[in-house]
Amino acid sequence: MDKLINDFSVGLFFWQTLVFVTLIFVLRKFAWKPILEAVNEREASIKGALKQAEKARQEMESLQASNEAILKEAREERERILKEARDMKNNIVSEAKETAAVETEKTVAVAKAAIEAEKAAAVAELKNQAAVLSIEVAEKVLGQELSAENKQTAMISKMIDEVKIN
Amino acid sequence: MISRITALFVFTGLLLINTPVLAQDYGHEEIHQEEEHVEHNAHAEPNLHGDHADTHDSQGDDSDIKSVVKETIEHHLADSYEFHVTEGVSFPLPVILLDDGLKIFSSSKFDHGHSIAEANGSYYVMHHNKVYKTDANGSLNFDKHDHPINPRPLDFSITKNVFMILVMAVFMVVLFGRMAKSYGPNKTPKKAGRFLEPIVIYVRDEIAIPNIGEKHYKRYMSYLLTVFFFIWFLNLVGMTPLGINVTGNIAITFSLALITFIITQVSGKRDYWMHIFWMPGVPVVLKPVMAVIELIGLFVKPFSLMIRLYANMLAGHVVLMSIIGLIFVFGSWLVSPAFFGLTLVLSLLELLVAALQAYIFTMLAALYFGSAVEEHDHH
Repeated sequence: MDKLINDFSVGLFFWQTLVFVTLIFVLRKFAWKPILEAVNEREASIKGALKQAEKARQEMESLQASNEAILKEAREERERILKEARDMKNNIVSEAKETAAVETEKTVAVAKAAIEAEKAAAVAELKNQAAVLSIEVAEKVLGQELSAENKQTAMISKMIDEVKIN
Repeated sequence: MISRITALFVFTGLLLINTPVLAQDYGHEEIHQEEEHVEHNAHAEPNLHGDHADTHDSQGDDSDIKSVVKETIEHHLADSYEFHVTEGVSFPLPVILLDDGLKIFSSSKFDHGHSIAEANGSYYVMHHNKVYKTDANGSLNFDKHDHPINPRPLDFSITKNVFMILVMAVFMVVLFGRMAKSYGPNKTPKKAGRFLEPIVIYVRDEIAIPNIGEKHYKRYMSYLLTVFFFIWFLNLVGMTPLGINVTGNIAITFSLALITFIITQVSGKRDYWMHIFWMPGVPVVLKPVMAVIELIGLFVKPFSLMIRLYANMLAGHVVLMSIIGLIFVFGSWLVSPAFFGLTLVLSLLELLVAALQAYIFTMLAALYFGSAVEEHDHH
């Protein structure tokens, strides 16, 4: 400690303090302030540029995502429309088929009914004709043989029954 | 890798330069010492003769070489009134004394301590690198410890260390001024700035901001940067063979610590003083005790700053010089390479210490500033 105090030079202390304090102020004005300002400015601009790039990237991403979504939607829409069309086609075809079948059946049924009716009418006509003919024939043939009318009628009914068609 | 090799070459080169300089110093010192012996024996006026020739024949004496090495180291560490470049090449520096008015004269008047300097009717003599007031005959009176009892004038001389500080100040203004100017419109440094800018940013991001905080750090940047580069560069200059030991000087570190201390106290906020004089969260009985402890701590902090830098740099110089000195003590080409290698390794270590001490000083200064401006949340 004694040596320390003995070594202490007031002059050196004085000059050091004077020079160092001056140095701080001179460097602050001519070096540190401009240097730190430049560094700050640069860092701020780099930060800004990075932020901007990030923003652009995000925008691109969202744009891409929305594009994707639109595309997907369109695809789905197409699928849906196609499916609908297919369904509709199938419906129409089957409906047509059904209608055709029903129509055919109906026509057939009508035809059958007409035929039956015609046939029945024809049979009835035939029966009547046959009856008239028979009566005429019988009158002519049996006019002489049968004088009693009751005998005649019985004989005719018997004969008609025998001539049953079918 | 290439830079490492280059660095190694540079240091090897430094040592190669260092060694012969020391050898020359040692011849020179021997003369000096012989003369001092005469002085001591006579207890009288400094020797005014200047014959340097007949004192080289005592080199074989072992204890003599040891004392010569010791002298050389002391000479290397001490401040001086002339700038000694190498043997025979030295230039005088102005001596400024405050003793019945300002006395300014060149240190060449002392003729390396052989002459009495006369200025405006006052006589001064240099003894062991210190100026004493004397009479026309240059008589010095000594106490029983061989210390002169003559009065010493207030000495504001531009000594070797002061000269080095001035050179460093100019160098730093030019270096960093140019660096500041080299920032173009795209705000990037050129040349030396490319190397220095990361260090500036390091001081800002790793020392100032973490310790002081985003809010207040800007005010302290100028001081922190200046002190960091000032100490670092002067430490590095101390590694050159010029024998400059500025940062290993108690007056320098005292000044730096004092400035740090003043800045800390001036920027101390309410919380800082509260913390010292009326510690929150401590029982009332203990508060005065804590205040005493904190008050002691207030002064211990800059004191530790002062001693740490001083002792580290001084010790580094002493160790390096001693090992180089051992080469001459042994004087054998068998042992010399070993000591040379050891010096090389220690030089590398000292190079690290040079940066480390600058870092530690700056770091702790920032820490003290941080504690001064810190604002606690009040619960």
